[in-house]
Amino acid sequence: MFGFGILSCLVFLPLVGVGFILALRGNDEATLENARRAALGTTLIVFLLSLYAYSRFDPSSTAFQLVEEKGWLGHGLVYKMGVDGISLPFVLLTTFLLPICILASWESIQNRVKEYMIAFLVLETLMLGVFCALDLVLFYFFFEGSLIPMFLIIGIWGGPRRVYSAFKFFLYTFTGSVLLLLAVMAMYGVAGTTDITILLQTHFPSSMQKWLWLAFLASLAVKTPMWPVHTWLPDAHVEAPTAGSVILAGILLKFGGYGFLRFSLPMFPEASAYFAPLIFALSIVAIIYTSLVALVQEDMKKLIAYSSVAHMGFVTMGLFSMTSQGVQGAVFQMISHGLVSAALFLCVGVIYDRMHTREIAAYGGLVARMPLYAVVFMVFTLANVGLPGTSGFIGEFLTLLGAFRINSWVAFLAALGTILSVSYALYLYRRIIFGVLDKPGLAAIRDLSWREAALFAPLVALTILYGIYPAPVLGSSSAAIDVLIKGYDTALAVTRTAALALP
Amino acid sequence: MSHLSAAIAHSLPELILAAGVLVLVLLGALRGKESEGPVTEIAAGLLGIAIIVILLGGKTTAVVYGGAFIDDGFGRFMKLLTLAGSLVTLLMSQDFLAREKIDKFEFPILILLATLGMLMLISAAGLIALYLGLELMSLSLYVIAAFHRDNIRASEAGLKYFVLGALSSGMLLYGASLLYGFAGTVSFAGIAETVNGKPSLGAIFGLVFLMAGLAFKMSAVPFHMWTPDVYEGAPTPVTAFFATSVKMAAVAITLRVVITAFPGIASQWRQIVIFISLLSMVLGAFAAIGQSNIKRLMAYSAIGHIGFALVGLAAGGEAGVSGVIAYMAIYLVMTLGTFAGILLMRVNGTSVENISDLSGLARTDGTMAFFLAMMMFSLAGVPPLAGFFAKWYVFNAAIQSGLYTLAVIGVLSSAVAAYYYLRIVKVMYFDQPAPAFDKPAPAPRAVLAVTGMLVLFLFADPGAFIDATTAAAQSLF
Repeated sequence: MFGFGILSCLVFLPLVGVGFILALRGNDEATLENARRAALGTTLIVFLLSLYAYSRFDPSSTAFQLVEEKGWLGHGLVYKMGVDGISLPFVLLTTFLLPICILASWESIQNRVKEYMIAFLVLETLMLGVFCALDLVLFYFFFEGSLIPMFLIIGIWGGPRRVYSAFKFFLYTFTGSVLLLLAVMAMYGVAGTTDITILLQTHFPSSMQKWLWLAFLASLAVKTPMWPVHTWLPDAHVEAPTAGSVILAGILLKFGGYGFLRFSLPMFPEASAYFAPLIFALSIVAIIYTSLVALVQEDMKKLIAYSSVAHMGFVTMGLFSMTSQGVQGAVFQMISHGLVSAALFLCVGVIYDRMHTREIAAYGGLVARMPLYAVVFMVFTLANVGLPGTSGFIGEFLTLLGAFRINSWVAFLAALGTILSVSYALYLYRRIIFGVLDKPGLAAIRDLSWREAALFAPLVALTILYGIYPAPVLGSSSAAIDVLIKGYDTALAVTRTAALALP
Repeated sequence: MSHLSAAIAHSLPELILAAGVLVLVLLGALRGKESEGPVTEIAAGLLGIAIIVILLGGKTTAVVYGGAFIDDGFGRFMKLLTLAGSLVTLLMSQDFLAREKIDKFEFPILILLATLGMLMLISAAGLIALYLGLELMSLSLYVIAAFHRDNIRASEAGLKYFVLGALSSGMLLYGASLLYGFAGTVSFAGIAETVNGKPSLGAIFGLVFLMAGLAFKMSAVPFHMWTPDVYEGAPTPVTAFFATSVKMAAVAITLRVVITAFPGIASQWRQIVIFISLLSMVLGAFAAIGQSNIKRLMAYSAIGHIGFALVGLAAGGEAGVSGVIAYMAIYLVMTLGTFAGILLMRVNGTSVENISDLSGLARTDGTMAFFLAMMMFSLAGVPPLAGFFAKWYVFNAAIQSGLYTLAVIGVLSSAVAAYYYLRIVKVMYFDQPAPAFDKPAPAPRAVLAVTGMLVLFLFADPGAFIDATTAAAQSLF
């Protein structure tokens, strides 16, 4: 396609939209409407193109597909793109959420509209690049580059404490990531290349693996985020505009889990096994502690942000169980969380746009005025707590199952977290939707507009569909995950034999 | 005679500048004080011709003038950077000087003389040539630092630079004489032959003093004290000149000295380089946080960046040196862009230099704010901008040669430094607008746009650039 592969087209197509918006002159309402339409059109085309890429994808094959390669920085540093069963679901999640973000900002963003749309389109390019990159430097290039638009989105269109949050977001992530960069350089020194397909075959010396693993942890733990480096997330979520929160929760957080799955586990199997108890401990603290913290939040967005941290705890726990259920569950949980938390932030956005407050106490009894909204919010609340029949259940159940096979205490403690998540989520729902509608401001509140309903429809559909029929996600990723686990087990077996062979 | 013609061919850019300077001095003197004259235009033309001569000239390596002057790929590359810095600074300075009423004909002449000194410095193949070039450069710099002589801060900057500069020259000269005493020669190649293995203490002392003098010119810690005051006090175009051309020349000669004169005692100078690199990075990162004047901030930023560039030199080897060269080239572009932005900071006809004056620039002048923000992200080393590649090359070299601690401290201090670069972005994008700037002068505006484009789009095709830096580094070994 135009001399590029599908993936390059996919990744760089949003920049065409950027060019188009830049070409728009003037600041009148018609121009801004055109900018919005251009952004929406671009993201929709990208979504369709990603579906086309999906149709070309063969889920039974474990190799990277749609691969394209060009020289880039020389000396083994290449521009290489490709997807496998692990990354493709994330690509689709990204392209799926972006049009929703643009639509969600249609009316709520009235200030610097063109810049806003440009920031989101650039962000889409960078996020797709992260999931498609098959070169570690290229991955880092996109991974770190995504900080710039997100920093601006939080800082320009955010709430009252936006500056603090934007800085915290940037500096936390940047500090972790520069250590990852050093690890990339060290890996380059061993393998002579940063081509991920070759690195996956490379055996790194055991002592080195631990350092590399820790360096990757420094970056990925911040991004995931794992306790205790999660504190940037509630701040960033609270201050970011609705669509910014959607992207943050829906996609940017997935970089962490994706990084563990793509790099830490297959490339440093010995270190992963060595540090797995640490990850379990951090995951359990995240699940229980942040759930408790979520219980006492006064701010809706903050509550959902803490629940995100808890859900990501399930992801890291599932990943490091290194059982096929655990890893598949983790991937599924990430996709499901991408849909559900994105939708929850949209739900908050809906009433925030009307009342301009996110304080839970300012609401109550909305079911009387907003029945449709109450239904939508209920679906996602229940999906968030992992009710069977919603996508949240599959992910939590599989990760717990995976953890149970490794260590029943880990699974037991994590299961406590699901009880807590029921408490905070239903408690939130009760306070906002039920009760008496006695706040004077709420008397005239409108139910979902057709635009908002259109936003939620695909999210509701997918949440329930994946809850009943999870095969599309599990099926596309299972082959790749089986290979991953097999490689991991082989690597560990080799080390064990070597250790036994020593006198 | 063929010797002489070869010498002339290899030093043609320097000769052009030297002859041009003499003509311009005459021209300026004859036309008298009042005339503006075409001095600036001719000076810019001369610099342009020198660039063209280097680009089109021979690609061979030769040592001429009795072993004092070397013309090689490394030198040519660094000279191109230096000349580009001088040319762009000169073009940007016109509007500023005219508004400040200091547009005297001496300014372009001094820039030319300083540039000539830098070219000689870069091509020095012995200690005497090094000193000659260094002093020609420095003496011109002392004068232009205080060029705004009615301004008390500029005078202070010039005086401070002169006193400390003289001290550092003295140290350098002392080191050179020690080296001559122990090596018996002033040529770098000769020193390389004698000083190796287990060198005498005197030669090491000589090396240390020499490095101290060079570190002063690079503004590396602990010889950086002059930098913030001079950057702040000197007229902005002069500061831009200090931050670009002077840095290129100083780093170039440092590379040349340690690589060609002391390859045998790399373990000795590596310690020094690691030490000053580490201190520069950390000090540059932390000291800039509290600054409110953007020129002062850029001074600390320059100190930090020299530290980063020296990480590559500490790594040594071809990869390290090509990393330093790439770093300096990218740094040149970023700094020129940033100073173009600073030159555009002008409210009601007077220059303003506080970071707070940039408040809300994104609303009053979106294009300028965007490019300046990209410069800041690039200086912080965030991909996809050029600054990321600069960091990649030097730190990669350091990791490959096992300098893990240096690399870790380096990248962490770059995370600290990111804070103050972000602060400028924050002021421009998140704050309420301050009074808008005056109608921008065309030259700085164009420079900002061009450098902004370079910084933004280096990632698209970095191949040719990397080949050039690698070739330049190879010629040094």
